[in-house]
Amino acid sequence: MEEKYILLSKNFGYQQSKLNEIVEYTKKKLAEKNLTGKVAVKLRLDNYYINEQILLSILPDKLHYTKVDFKLIDEIIDDYLINGKIVERNRFQCDELLNRFFENFGDYNYFNKQLRLTLRNCGIIDPESIDDYILADGFKALAKMLTKMKPLDVIEEMRKSGLRGRGGGGYPTYIKWTNGHRAKSETGQKYIICNADEGDPGAFMDRSTIEGDPFSIIEGMAIAGYAVGADKGYVYIRAEYPLAIKRLENAIKLAKENNFLGKNILGTNFNFEIDLRLGAGAFVCGEETALIASIEGRRGTPRPRPPYPSIKGLFGCPTVINNVETLANVPVIILDGGDFFARIGTEQSKGTKVFALAGKVNNTGLIEIPMGTTIREIIYNIGGGIANNRKFKAVQTGGPSGGCIPEDFLDTPIDYDSLIHAGSMMGSGGMIVMDDNTCMVDVSKFFLDFTQNESCGKCTPCREGTKRMLEILQRITEGKGELDDIEKLERLGETIKLSSLCGLGQSAPNPILTALRYFREEFEEHIKDKKCRAHICKKLIEYFILEDKCIGCGACKRKCPVNCISGEPKKLHTIDQSKCIKCGACFETCKFNAIIQR
Amino acid sequence: MFRYQEEILANEIKSIVEKYGNKRENLLRILQELNDKYNYLSEQVLQNVASCLKISPSEVYGVATFYSFLNTKPKGKYVIRVCKTIVCDLNGKDKIINTIENELGIKVGETTKDGLFTLEYTNCMGMCNQGPAMLINNDIYYNLDPEKVVEIIEKYARGGDSNVD
Ligand SMILES: Cc1cc2nc3c(=O)[nH]c(=O)nc-3n(C[C@H](O)[C@H](O)[C@H](O)COP(=O)(O)O)c2cc1C
Ligand code: SF4
Ligand code: SF4
Ligand code: SF4
Ligand code: FES
Repeated sequence: MEEKYILLSKNFGYQQSKLNEIVEYTKKKLAEKNLTGKVAVKLRLDNYYINEQILLSILPDKLHYTKVDFKLIDEIIDDYLINGKIVERNRFQCDELLNRFFENFGDYNYFNKQLRLTLRNCGIIDPESIDDYILADGFKALAKMLTKMKPLDVIEEMRKSGLRGRGGGGYPTYIKWTNGHRAKSETGQKYIICNADEGDPGAFMDRSTIEGDPFSIIEGMAIAGYAVGADKGYVYIRAEYPLAIKRLENAIKLAKENNFLGKNILGTNFNFEIDLRLGAGAFVCGEETALIASIEGRRGTPRPRPPYPSIKGLFGCPTVINNVETLANVPVIILDGGDFFARIGTEQSKGTKVFALAGKVNNTGLIEIPMGTTIREIIYNIGGGIANNRKFKAVQTGGPSGGCIPEDFLDTPIDYDSLIHAGSMMGSGGMIVMDDNTCMVDVSKFFLDFTQNESCGKCTPCREGTKRMLEILQRITEGKGELDDIEKLERLGETIKLSSLCGLGQSAPNPILTALRYFREEFEEHIKDKKCRAHICKKLIEYFILEDKCIGCGACKRKCPVNCISGEPKKLHTIDQSKCIKCGACFETCKFNAIIQR
Repeated sequence: MFRYQEEILANEIKSIVEKYGNKRENLLRILQELNDKYNYLSEQVLQNVASCLKISPSEVYGVATFYSFLNTKPKGKYVIRVCKTIVCDLNGKDKIINTIENELGIKVGETTKDGLFTLEYTNCMGMCNQGPAMLINNDIYYNLDPEKVVEIIEKYARGGDSNVD
């Protein structure tokens, strides 16, 4: 048996072949030095923490390295493994050992504001190995519950934990479970549904959570089933997530084989099974009543609530629907106790929240922070600041139901209520950072276009109202806006909010209303001055070649996708404005700064 | 001959319906499988499903048209779905679309004459920090730039449909 092992992982998206090369090289080198039986090399598939890098850990010594290359492997083997001298190059330090995540990965600028509960196993265990999960305390919560707790004890722990739904609304999970527990079912049948239809633009928390730790979802669902009295669960997952689907299928199969799912789980009389249902490309199916309709094989349109699903849900039976992240927290709460969980976070928002950090920051990826962390800490400490040294403009949270938060609100703590106060909302956890190259009118239009497209069409305000708003925004971005358009947008927005049936319509105007609150002058600029300061709105800009700078190299001409640049070699080139689609390719290509936007 | 093919189709559909069980609630899953099998759901397919499940064809049609991943019109062998969502948009999805449109000579929503490629938009597929991203059938491609896209498409055009790293 080996005494030590070297754990290698790569960032999702980093080339697998490069990681394989490092693995092969390490093995070869260990063999050369006769260390093969003493030091094992293990692969940890993808981690999600640092872009474009390979990470290495030496365990149990807790030595951690980034930016691993062949030379570093040589140093580690020769200096450390053979001569016992710790290699300092590219090493990162371990301070916060309480966090299991840090225990493995150490304190590193990207991590030290983070706390990983939901993602406790992501990047640490092999998501395809049930043994790994069990080693990481997996299914311990399930076993503890089945031997020591009654359903109401479980719900009581959930109450103490203060966990609120991570799917967007922030509804206390224990209330949902209590309602489901109490609800009478004519046939005795009840259901648990895991909502993995993650559709918010810019969000990939649920995909990564399932890909990195599918067993936690299964365990969370089984615990929910026990508490509510359900013996059947469904995971409704987007068809666009092939890897997550595969990992989940594998995890369900392994859990069944090991009696963590199925009949008489762990020798008790508790039965629970899980099936997958794939979405088919409709955003509105993330809404719980639409999701239920979709599992029933119907068109995924929402219906009025009440009755709430916890009373009358799937096939008319009491059904508890929870989000992936909500369920991934459940085993922690049962194992470590609701009180432990409630110590983390703020008064009204407990625990941690996972965000998918994307957009114009230096470090993008999946992050998990204790509730109460400020947006500034996320962007500047964890995210490493704005990319390309540009200026921060806004951060979007809450997807198509949220809004863009400006600089003045950077010190807003992340919790359900503060974000609503700032004009946005928690949403499911997409966080898109925008720099000064972003046009807020365009961004508003984007989100409205999204909701307009995804509206199921059942109620008029949502279907027609969003169309009207979109037309107005379209006009504004084309320089045809009128002075009263802003007022019209606000009026329409309020009407849609009040009179739509489901959350999609009720929140569709939010991105625009918030943008009007914080970036009104940009709308006015588009309308009055016909100007787009970010040079995004195509109808308001043109690309132009400067006579005194163009040397006629022809690079732009070759790049132009519509062949609208002409000119002899070594002579001035010109753009045919009538054909130009304003893609900007020429602008980026010209090395002589001869092309300008104006 | 024609009649004969119709019968084969009816039998194939029947066996798929039976695999899931003759229940209304399995409609979506049945359609998902048929869509994968035949590349799109023709009127004939929908009618057969309706009669197997003993529900009205309009109900089946209603479900088939609701979901964007179910096709009621024929599509290319390879369906390219480029993410049009905000992060990919900010990261230059327009350039990707332009490149594909030029490369294939079709616009978004169209299919190439040889029936090989269909170009569409899709919503965020959770690859945002690696955008721009696209799906070709079930394979995901990310960190795209115009050169990479051309390379990938050429590969499919040559008949290789494995993932390019
Ligand atoms: C249009 C719309 C889309 C939604 N999409 C999702 C989603 O993708 N994932 C999710 O978990 N919840 C989504 N929700 C919220 C669900 O309706 C539901 O509240 C949630 O799954 C409950 O889980 P939780 O209590 O654990 O948050 C959506 C709601 C609306 C109105
Ligand atoms: S608000 Fe929009 S999405 Fe919701 S039910 Fe009405 S039309 Fe459908
Ligand atoms: S790339 Fe610049 S310098 Fe070269 S032809 Fe175009 S405009 Fe002129
Ligand atoms: S902006 Fe695009 S379309 Fe217009 S000239 Fe430049 S490369 Fe051609
Ligand atoms: S925005 Fe394109 S994958 Fe998310």
